[in-house]
Amino acid sequence: MTAYIIRRLFIGLIILLLVTMLVFLFVRLLPGDPLMVFMGNYSPSSTINTMTAAEHDALMHKYGLDRPIWIQYGDWLNQVLHGNLGKSLRIGQPISELIGERIGRTAYIGVIIFVITTFGGILAGVYCALRRGTWIDNTITTIANIGMTVPVFWFGVLLIYVFGYKLGWLPFFGWKDPWDDFGYSCLYLIMPVASVALGGIAGMARLVRSCMLEVMRTDYVRTAWAKGLSERVIVVRHQLKNAMIPVVTALGGTLGMILGGSIFIENVFSIPGMGRLMTTAIFDYDYQIVQASALIFGGIIIFSNLIVDIAWGWLDPRIRLA
Amino acid sequence: MALLDVQNLKTYFHTEYGLVKAADGVSFNVNQGEIIGLVGESGCGKSVTILSIMQLIPSPPGKKAGGKVIFEGKDLLQYQPNGQEMRSIRGSKLTMIFQEPMTSLNPVLTIARQMTETLELHLDMDKSAARERGIELLKMVGVPDASRRIDDYPHQFSGGMRQRVMIAMALSCNPMIIFADEPTTAVDVTTQAQLLELMKDLVTRLNTSLVIVTHNLGVVARYAQRIYVMYAGRIIESGPSEAIFSDPQHPYTVGLLNSVPKLGERHGERKLIPIYGLPPNLINMPPTCAFLPRCNAKIGRCSKEPWPELRVVGKDHLISCYANIKGK
Repeated sequence: MTAYIIRRLFIGLIILLLVTMLVFLFVRLLPGDPLMVFMGNYSPSSTINTMTAAEHDALMHKYGLDRPIWIQYGDWLNQVLHGNLGKSLRIGQPISELIGERIGRTAYIGVIIFVITTFGGILAGVYCALRRGTWIDNTITTIANIGMTVPVFWFGVLLIYVFGYKLGWLPFFGWKDPWDDFGYSCLYLIMPVASVALGGIAGMARLVRSCMLEVMRTDYVRTAWAKGLSERVIVVRHQLKNAMIPVVTALGGTLGMILGGSIFIENVFSIPGMGRLMTTAIFDYDYQIVQASALIFGGIIIFSNLIVDIAWGWLDPRIRLA
Repeated sequence: MALLDVQNLKTYFHTEYGLVKAADGVSFNVNQGEIIGLVGESGCGKSVTILSIMQLIPSPPGKKAGGKVIFEGKDLLQYQPNGQEMRSIRGSKLTMIFQEPMTSLNPVLTIARQMTETLELHLDMDKSAARERGIELLKMVGVPDASRRIDDYPHQFSGGMRQRVMIAMALSCNPMIIFADEPTTAVDVTTQAQLLELMKDLVTRLNTSLVIVTHNLGVVARYAQRIYVMYAGRIIESGPSEAIFSDPQHPYTVGLLNSVPKLGERHGERKLIPIYGLPPNLINMPPTCAFLPRCNAKIGRCSKEPWPELRVVGKDHLISCYANIKGK
């Protein structure tokens, strides 16, 4: 198991390195450059240049953006390995500060969504599997099917329309940190959480339901029935642990969905978090922030998949003892 | 008085293609300490019969369609399938050994957990007593190093060893009857013989009844005292083991015995004759004898009248056939 974890960790690091390389390359492939957003633009093909070619070249040189891309990447990597994420080109502020202010919010929302999604999805899925074919099962399954197909941003906007505009129960958008005013912050939290959690719970419930149904048909569950055990014992002891093996795999994906969702909801609801920082940075050509965010998001996903692999071993002795 | 008396048991399945009468009026009984063989081809309703007695048929699609299962003076079919009364009998007085040792044990629970749960449930043992008893049972079925291996997981056991664990589990609460559903089909022949000897020894020693469900005539020939032959959801011949093997009366049983070699028979001495055709599709069966299309002894009545009732042809020997192939 230890060798297995070390191997996975090593593979994870390589994947992370590749992710940063790709992101590094892709932001630079976008037409335009950081200068044009906040200093003025110059492009040989453009007719509305606000600076001369010489001025442009000088600035590019000043920020080191005229060097070959692999040298820029090497520099960046070296700097990251020394614990320095660099400075924002646009704001000039250290990126570690920018992220430090925001990552707590994204993490806070993410953890809440993760917990709701996991427990809500598992409960709904188990319930539907046990009472399959009843009207409750049909209703939940139908809602789950809708929930899975509805885009996060559309559902977020719909929530704003209904609960903000029509009913006036909740603030349209904005954010309050829970560590400042917890009660008030909850009001701001409901719609962002709901818009991502709907799809999450839906997907989870469907998966749990089908896994449970599959396990229910197995021989060992029949053996458990033949032993005279009660349904509760059979479900809790014999079915859940087996049904959770594929579900745990999906939890890694859920985390990815939540991080992806944070980009949508933080923009729809104007929440100053990592997702918003990253999208703003992309529009601003703020290369350094995009790179740092990709590093962090990628790191979280890779790390969570490692946790999933370990949880697998914990659930399934065939993997643990192999 | 028989320990278990199954009377006219009917279990139907409603499928999208039509009604399947998987067990259609099965009657048999089991006496204390007896070894019974329930024989038939795949899909003839052997397993369904046993699972119906245990009320383990999933419903839907399965449905209790009639009959009685009298055990200790009570009709088990009157109980709720997963109700308290049924559960208190299942796994304690009536137990099962399943066909697939590879999949019949829960892969994520230790052998100890799977063995102790019945002991804790039915015999009210505490954890340590149940564990001790579990180790004792494993020793009894010949699992070496039982006190250590009880903490292993099923995947660390071979097929034969897993089936030994299943046998130990079936024996754990001193059952009255053990139903062994094709207990040796999935293991190799050597292991098969060992397991059968083991089961025979144990049930004889503990005076437990054993019902062996199998398609393998060799298995029942050696161990069963009485045999029931099933075809298409019905018992078509029953009787003492010697009578069935030495003097089979139903064309199907005769066909079965003609199709397998006998021990000691010399090469070329007797031609093995298969039963031509296939077992019938059980969906929407005609009312006439289900064996009719494959029967080589059919007479005029067979295609005109419904499936014959069982009739006596010898001491405790019954068949369900109009033809008198042996002149009886």
